Amino acid sequence: MDQTPDNDAERKRIQRSRSIVMALLLGAFVVLIYAISIARMG
Amino acid sequence: MAEAVIHPLPADWRDFFALTKPRVMSLVIFTGLCGLLAAPVTIKPVLGFAAILCIAIGAGGAAALNMWWEADLDAGMKRTQSRPIPAGRMDPTAARDFGIGLSFLSVLLMGLAIGWLAASILALSIVYYAVIYTIWLKPRTPQNIVIGGGAGAFPPLIGWVAATGDITAMPILLFAIIFFWTPPHFWALALFVQSDYAKVGIPMMPVVAGEKSTRRQILFYAVLLLPLSALPWWIGGTGAIYGIAALILSAFFVFLAARVGLRQRSGPDDAMQPERQLFKYSILYLFVLFAALVADRWLLVQG
Repeated sequence: MDQTPDNDAERKRIQRSRSIVMALLLGAFVVLIYAISIARMG
Repeated sequence: MAEAVIHPLPADWRDFFALTKPRVMSLVIFTGLCGLLAAPVTIKPVLGFAAILCIAIGAGGAAALNMWWEADLDAGMKRTQSRPIPAGRMDPTAARDFGIGLSFLSVLLMGLAIGWLAASILALSIVYYAVIYTIWLKPRTPQNIVIGGGAGAFPPLIGWVAATGDITAMPILLFAIIFFWTPPHFWALALFVQSDYAKVGIPMMPVVAGEKSTRRQILFYAVLLLPLSALPWWIGGTGAIYGIAALILSAFFVFLAARVGLRQRSGPDDAMQPERQLFKYSILYLFVLFAALVADRWLLVQG
């Protein structure tokens, strides 16, 4: 198994940054859907 | 003894972003926004933002599908071999799923937020670029750039339809302007940049038909663009500001294209200055033309 400490740390760094970006995008998506709903109702 | 199993690292989020071809997307956003702003109907800012976002996401999805399909070709060309898939930083299946996911998301969001006519045209543009152009015609015909121009021509059409809700002559003319602008723009570049396309079997016009024919075709499309760019004014779709700007910009485009179309390479040391000038000007041309379209509309509204 290629699970050297360096590789493991890099994997965790990538997964962490992907999770942060995904959370931000999902948050923005929720805000957008809310704003679109309000605009279409108005 | 157990065999060593290598688990490749997951792709970085920046690699997913690179799949969407951000530089191409900036032009898509600009022309889509111009189509939206030049339309004779105002749209709520939130909905306008959503429409442009959908166009951008759709373009990103189509670009990701293009990179997934062309990964083998990209690996054989200097310009593209560092892209995420050929460089080995991303699994091709992940790129394909990402492209399909973005494409569906963009169409669904456009349909729900704006309307299903704009969403249908967006879906058509994605299929046009990812399937008709990338998979079917690009590897088969030297007219691939002409056909590919259609994909780049969709954003102002979609932007306009998102604002107005129907298709009229004006958005079709905006589509046609980008469609006929693409061949002289790209072939000017192809004349002075040593490309690896021939090496990977993509039939680009200068390689297949030769330089002389390519130069003549550049001039042909530039001449066509002159009346076409002014048509929105002649049919009453815009005011004189756009019309005069279009005539001046297009006349200079024809002048630069004539310098390219009526000459031959002087030798291996030719700096290809007219071709470089035409390419640079073609980018400026599109930006200024569409900016003039929006300015014309804005001044009309201001009275």
